[in-house]
Amino acid sequence: MTPSSIALSRFGYGLGAREDAPKDPRAWLLRQLDRYDPAPVVITKRTRAHGNIGETLALLRSMRRDTREMAEMAAKEPMIADMTRGDARDAALANLPPELREKYVEARAVLAQDIALRVNLAVGSKTPLLERLVHFWANHFSVSVGKLGTQVTVGDHEFTAIRPHVLGRFGDMLEAATLHPAMLLYLDQFQSVGLNSPAQRRRADRPNAQGPRGLNENLAREILELHTLGVHGGYTQADVTEFARALTGWTVPGIGRADRFGEEQPSGAMFVAVAHEPGARRVLGRSYSAVAADQARAILRELALHPATARHVATKLARHFAGDTPPPALVARLEADFLRTGGDLASLTRTLIEAPEAWEPAPVKFRTPFEWLVASLRLTGVESLPPRRIVAALTQLGHVPWRAPSPAGYDDIAASWAGPDALLRRVELAGQIARDAAIEDVTARAEAAFPGALSDPTRTQIARAESGKQALALLLVSPEMLRR
Amino acid sequence: MMTNLSRRTLLAGSLALGASGLALPRMAFAQGAGTRNLLFVLLRGAADGMAMLAPVGDPGFAALRGATLPDYDGAARLDSFFAVHPALAEIGKAATSGEALFVHAAATAYRERSHFDAQNLLETGGTAPYAVRDGWLNRLAGLMNEQTRGGPVRALAIAPTVPLMLRGDAPVSNYAPSALPEASEDLIARVSQLYGADAELGSLWARALETRAMAADDGLSNLRDASAAGELAASLMRGGDGARIAMIELGGWDTHANQRGAFARQARGLDALIAAYRTAMGDAWRDTLVLVATEFGRTARMNGTGGTDHGTAGAAIVLGGGVRGEAKGGRVIADWPGLGDKQLFETRDLAPTTALESVLAGAVAEHLRLDPATTMARLFPGRAAPPLTGIMRS
Repeated sequence: MTPSSIALSRFGYGLGAREDAPKDPRAWLLRQLDRYDPAPVVITKRTRAHGNIGETLALLRSMRRDTREMAEMAAKEPMIADMTRGDARDAALANLPPELREKYVEARAVLAQDIALRVNLAVGSKTPLLERLVHFWANHFSVSVGKLGTQVTVGDHEFTAIRPHVLGRFGDMLEAATLHPAMLLYLDQFQSVGLNSPAQRRRADRPNAQGPRGLNENLAREILELHTLGVHGGYTQADVTEFARALTGWTVPGIGRADRFGEEQPSGAMFVAVAHEPGARRVLGRSYSAVAADQARAILRELALHPATARHVATKLARHFAGDTPPPALVARLEADFLRTGGDLASLTRTLIEAPEAWEPAPVKFRTPFEWLVASLRLTGVESLPPRRIVAALTQLGHVPWRAPSPAGYDDIAASWAGPDALLRRVELAGQIARDAAIEDVTARAEAAFPGALSDPTRTQIARAESGKQALALLLVSPEMLRR
Repeated sequence: MMTNLSRRTLLAGSLALGASGLALPRMAFAQGAGTRNLLFVLLRGAADGMAMLAPVGDPGFAALRGATLPDYDGAARLDSFFAVHPALAEIGKAATSGEALFVHAAATAYRERSHFDAQNLLETGGTAPYAVRDGWLNRLAGLMNEQTRGGPVRALAIAPTVPLMLRGDAPVSNYAPSALPEASEDLIARVSQLYGADAELGSLWARALETRAMAADDGLSNLRDASAAGELAASLMRGGDGARIAMIELGGWDTHANQRGAFARQARGLDALIAAYRTAMGDAWRDTLVLVATEFGRTARMNGTGGTDHGTAGAAIVLGGGVRGEAKGGRVIADWPGLGDKQLFETRDLAPTTALESVLAGAVAEHLRLDPATTMARLFPGRAAPPLTGIMRS
């Protein structure tokens, strides 16, 4: 690969529809840091449209409850005992006032719209390096849909907790991402209650009380293991438990009596002081006397600056840009940068751009399906596909955003993506994308997208193709497109 | 010819008469382009004319393609000299019932062997690639618009994007069916070549193809897709509000290797599409013309991998209720050049003796009651050969 081709494909999402290859690749990448728009108008519009997370969550929960009640009522009526769950939901929906009914229907479409929004932003982006960083960090702080409420909050998680911070401080992103309603739901934090909290003590007086019944360590453990220190970061089970206690009280609106006692946070999360474990906490040998919501924040601030965190983040970043086996020298440089600047992600990005290891001429990575799809849409100029088709394509490729199989996010190594069936799916999809594209001169487009880096076999196959569409399909699955 | 001319004169005269002559142009309109349909089927990739319509009566054929002769046992014979490929059974039946005819040894003005350049020329109607910017089918729509009153004729590409042949000043729309027959087998063969020199991708791909072969279907889904595309085309063209001009593209004809299987599969798809379209058009088939053409023919000899390479002259198909075919014997328009070494173009390709542009211009002019010379000049400017006559029944 040439430097220009590396800047486009290894650092970005490939050449965009109306773009020229950069003449000064490093300067082109650095300029993107100044041009980045963390809150493009499509996102601010989206946030306004789906504004209050608490109301939506409350609506989803009450609908679930009503649906269950409808089904139970139906089961007792011989005439309608065979009512399906869908019927029960329709019945519950009919009971809603029209404005809430509309809101509920909207909420069910939000996820596909958010996925399309993410894809279309990247496809049209003039700062593709920054979009790559957004997606890298969203995967680092992975939230997967599944639990009730995650589907309407996961897009907001990326748009408001990740996007604004990719050139800011790691600590700010850590706090925003882990205390966002989507993460609180995904990693069960919303139902964690301090055992000595007033809420839990009152609960002991009411033996039949419903709802949360104790401490849940899931979020605390994953923050330590995945988001900050790393699995061998030197923490113990006692640290996990103490951190979990500090996190108690952090929950989401729309649950039980949280709304009555809680204090709404700017992120849409809720802090319920009466569910918080009283007292100071001791994590990783340090004592935290801060109270209430600030206790977890104080611990997160320390974790964000920890040397193990610096190493963990440096390793993942180097792996993402410089190869499945990250070059140790690059990891060391990123790590030192992180410690020196206190986790300044803009500085880390600049160090990465300056690193010779990131400019290795041979391809160092196999593009993930998501990267490949975005690069293909940019290359072909097929823009603004409807949400339904985008989700269908990503499902076909097995790489739907915010649907990673575990809190560790999607894998970032070739072995997980370079499979025979996966390759066949890309070929099939390439044929479909090429059908939708209107590119006159595929050879010219190929030379532009891979400046000085197009291989002879690819050039030959494009020239020999029976039609422009077929030539384009072949370009989309060429080795140049599959690796970066 | 004279009747056409007088009808146009009548039309022009009645327009000059103003309101009192209104009844006349309406009648002329009804008999002219207004209710007539044209479907163009573009075979991308250079469909092999010698396989489509095999000149089995030429002694040279056995010498060049003896291995394929058994394919034509029992196939429909036209002019007792040509045999229709058995995978084109329905088209063959239409030819022997007088509703279709073939054109052979035909080529556009293009004499090189690049798909892209040749398709550009066939689509634009220019005499050199990239010399003309709009498509001749669009210019045909423009010509019809000039000669009919009322709104512009509806022209439609049955494709996700409008192909060059239909692009231009005249308004055009497009509609993409969910399932166009795909040329996936051909794409897959080419991907194999693309990964030939790449150890990692080559090995992944080989394993992918093994699995795929085990799960392979019998091609029926592809045929269903082809029929569905034909029915869709008809549904978009039926009735007064339907499209008068439509175009559909089929890829997968670039058969460089193992042509017998690959061509038969493609031909079955084309046959199913045309048959479904014809059935679905119902009575409107009477007023419908279907043109099937490709950018060039293929080499007369088979190559070392059981395929054929880029050539020159090939075949085209003309179908429709008004086509002047020959019931029983069938009709082939060809000035047959022969298959001897010296008769082949550059000693390798079927020699072009008929200008494809003359066939296309002649057929649409007769079908749509347009002046042939004007039509030729507008659609395919700069040609010496005149438009062909006698393609449609008058």
